[in-house]
Amino acid sequence: MSTTEKRNFSVVGKSVPRVDAGAKVRGRAMFTDDLSLPNMVYGRIKPATIAHGIIKKIDYAKALELPGVLGVITGKDWPVPFVVNDHMPSEYPLTPEKVCYYGEGVAAVAATSEAVAEDALELIEVTYEELPVLLDPQEAMKQDDVRIHDFAENNIHVTGEQHFGDVDKALEDCHLVVENRYKTPGLYGAFLEPQSGLADYDTDNDKLTLWTCNQLSTYCQMTVARTLQMRPDKVRVIFPCIGGGFGGKTEITPAALVACILSKKLGRPVKVTYDRQESMWQLKGRHGADMVVKMGFNKDGTIAACDFDTTLDGGAHSSWGLVVLWFSAALLQGPYIISNIRFQGRRVYTNKGTAGAQRGLGGVQVRLAVECLLDEAAEKLGIDAFKLRHINAVESGHQTPSAVTVRHSEYKKCLESVVERSDYLEKRGKLPFGRGIGLAGGHYSTGGAFLLYPSFRPHSTANIRVDTEAGLTVSVGATDIGQGSTTVLAQMAAEIFGLPHTDVNMVCMDTTLAPMDNGTYDSRLTYGAGHAVKNAAIDARDKLLKVVAIGMGVRDFHLECGNGHIYSIYNPKKKIGFYEAVDRYQNSVGTLWGTGDYTPPQPKGNYQGNLIGPSPAFGFTAQIAEVDIDLDTGKVRIPRFWEASDCGQAINPMSVEGQVEGGLSMSIGHALYEEVQYGEDGRMLNSNLADYKIPSTMDMPELDTDIVDSYDPTSSFGNKEIGEGPATAGGPAVLNAIYDAIGVRITETPVTPEKILRALGKI
Amino acid sequence: MKQIITLRVNGEAREVMVEPRDILIDVMRNQLGLTGTKKGCGVGDCCTCTVLMDGRPVLSCLMLALSCQGKEILTIEGLEKDGRLDPLQQAFIDHGAVQCGYCTPGMILTAKALLAEKPRPTQEDIRQGMSGNLCRCTGYVKIVDAVQSVADKD
Repeated sequence: MSTTEKRNFSVVGKSVPRVDAGAKVRGRAMFTDDLSLPNMVYGRIKPATIAHGIIKKIDYAKALELPGVLGVITGKDWPVPFVVNDHMPSEYPLTPEKVCYYGEGVAAVAATSEAVAEDALELIEVTYEELPVLLDPQEAMKQDDVRIHDFAENNIHVTGEQHFGDVDKALEDCHLVVENRYKTPGLYGAFLEPQSGLADYDTDNDKLTLWTCNQLSTYCQMTVARTLQMRPDKVRVIFPCIGGGFGGKTEITPAALVACILSKKLGRPVKVTYDRQESMWQLKGRHGADMVVKMGFNKDGTIAACDFDTTLDGGAHSSWGLVVLWFSAALLQGPYIISNIRFQGRRVYTNKGTAGAQRGLGGVQVRLAVECLLDEAAEKLGIDAFKLRHINAVESGHQTPSAVTVRHSEYKKCLESVVERSDYLEKRGKLPFGRGIGLAGGHYSTGGAFLLYPSFRPHSTANIRVDTEAGLTVSVGATDIGQGSTTVLAQMAAEIFGLPHTDVNMVCMDTTLAPMDNGTYDSRLTYGAGHAVKNAAIDARDKLLKVVAIGMGVRDFHLECGNGHIYSIYNPKKKIGFYEAVDRYQNSVGTLWGTGDYTPPQPKGNYQGNLIGPSPAFGFTAQIAEVDIDLDTGKVRIPRFWEASDCGQAINPMSVEGQVEGGLSMSIGHALYEEVQYGEDGRMLNSNLADYKIPSTMDMPELDTDIVDSYDPTSSFGNKEIGEGPATAGGPAVLNAIYDAIGVRITETPVTPEKILRALGKI
Repeated sequence: MKQIITLRVNGEAREVMVEPRDILIDVMRNQLGLTGTKKGCGVGDCCTCTVLMDGRPVLSCLMLALSCQGKEILTIEGLEKDGRLDPLQQAFIDHGAVQCGYCTPGMILTAKALLAEKPRPTQEDIRQGMSGNLCRCTGYVKIVDAVQSVADKD
């Protein structure tokens, strides 16, 4: 059909406001903790006050006597471990025997009010036998006699290795080798909505409904079913509005599971909401990484080899560890052409909050090391840092050593755009001491080949119903965590039917009403769920056109939908109102249904970790930071920041800008402020949003963003990813600017004033 | 010991029974059903829970409900008048200043107080005035733009 091939869209490509923005500005949008049910009670969790040890005894007799307390459970009541992807589950809703991090839940209370539940926690007495606390991954690997989990020798959770080409030979033969060690700390997602779960167990039908804030509807449902030992079809998961996720809400929280267990025990609805401190204790944010990287270059600046070694700080539990490890490897394969690549990595358990997923997963750490190292090499090669990136940049059709095809890339355009707009080449090396400018690039995938629970089913499915009773209804399992997927998917469906996007009823975020979806991670929704929605819409539309064509006396493939009508492309006067056509269809055939799905390309290479790399598309970004350093206090200010994105066709440019601006803000926090800190006893030192500082309005530079002209012909509407790429390059851009400002290379984030003063030799 | 107090919320007198330790945000959310006010941290770090009390922004997670007897409180639910959005609400929609929406009520009410005090703010004034309100989604660009657009219109 011609409609689907066109690029002159009517709804796609428009900066329409979010479909849920009205409810959100009115305070009407309901988040999980805003919900209450008749007869609902509240749960609170007793946190461990040690970071590593054995639970010897839990005495909760006094808590049970407190008026208003309805029940107390401990880990022994439900000793079933869970994890997001079935790989080495090590975490429990409440830990039954062993405490692995400070704040891990050991017991829970249900009571008639949150205050009573909180009072009851004080009456629970826990006796521990303490074990040595392991906080440094390098140290933890040496201490096999102190195992955080019995199954993990030397506290190593997973190891991985990939070798393409011959790295040793390439490093030996090349013109220049640069090597450095870069370190990034564990980070917290800092979504503004702390996690919450409201569970309602229906005793009569053995059915459980859970309202919670999570990014992966189907996997949340599967994890609940497995952990509660119920059939999946007996578990319904509903996501109300979600107050940000950034990866941190990809795995179910113990809070939500405890709500389920308590509801099952009491036979009434139970809500458990974390306070900020609890949310931070259990983390599941960005992995800290300790990276040793060696890169070889030929005289002309082309990259000869990259030898990359990383040790990831996993914290207490397994979470996304395996996936993060392989993402790090996969994201090393771009955005530059490198023929010889060796990746060696390991993820180590420590007695900290668990590291999981955070925006730019795997890529943020890798980019920090590689982009800084590129600048180090550029200086030694006598080639400017822009040119070095430009000559090595991946272009459309590039085949990586890992047998992944990068079908479409406008990375070079991104580099050219930021360099031109910022006058980078004129400023670099020429600004006064204390001021500097730095460039970095990045990219990200959009949905790997794997499903978390291995199977061959499509990663996204959409069902569409069109009738005069409900209009156009799209049900798709995509989860809008604030990034705006519901709006862009509505725009896509509207485009196919020629209707306004505000006429589309979106049914998402409910595992009973919407079909299976792999979830909101790896920037996969606009691409993957977008394909499914488009396919479903075309399926329904083409059925409709076949029927109305007969009445109109035209061929169905001469018909198009637009402006609420169906018309002949050869004689636009031959037209029929869209819903008049639907009415005819219903009267002669019945309700109009369409269905569509999407499965990403499968891996071509046969190597360990091969399921992670083969993304159908890659988004690209180039970023330039200007810094102004106070040489007396060491404080780094970023007055200006330039960015250019290749996200393919922007479905909603205003939302794209929002993603870019948010991603940059997160990477500025990463570069300058954010680090989860622990005391020697394993207690988190900054478990609040004052001491764990995220950027405020005062920290944001003047941002100058650009969406470069791009259209990926393999995609549903030419679109690619934007959610994560822009979050990967800000850190190294700032670090490279700091080097330009003071001539000292900082290799560890966050770049605190102390690190600057040390670099300047002032302390 | 529980006491009955009267809160004047969004122009309506509402009687509530509170304990001395009860916090304003919990009373508004749990007893009055005004869930538009969000709790981001509970300890005054993020300003998500901002409401206006006698026209001034306060953190409802730090206010004892008992101390609010007789005070005039405006929450996000009270900003819309007769089905018409406040210009700030409309500007937040139009400028794409809303993403996840969790910080939005506090942002809008802080901006409301800011513009009441300083109807012609510079961009720097807006940044200063909103610097306590944390947002993790937007990078603040479109939030500052939205507030600026309302100031420019008046």
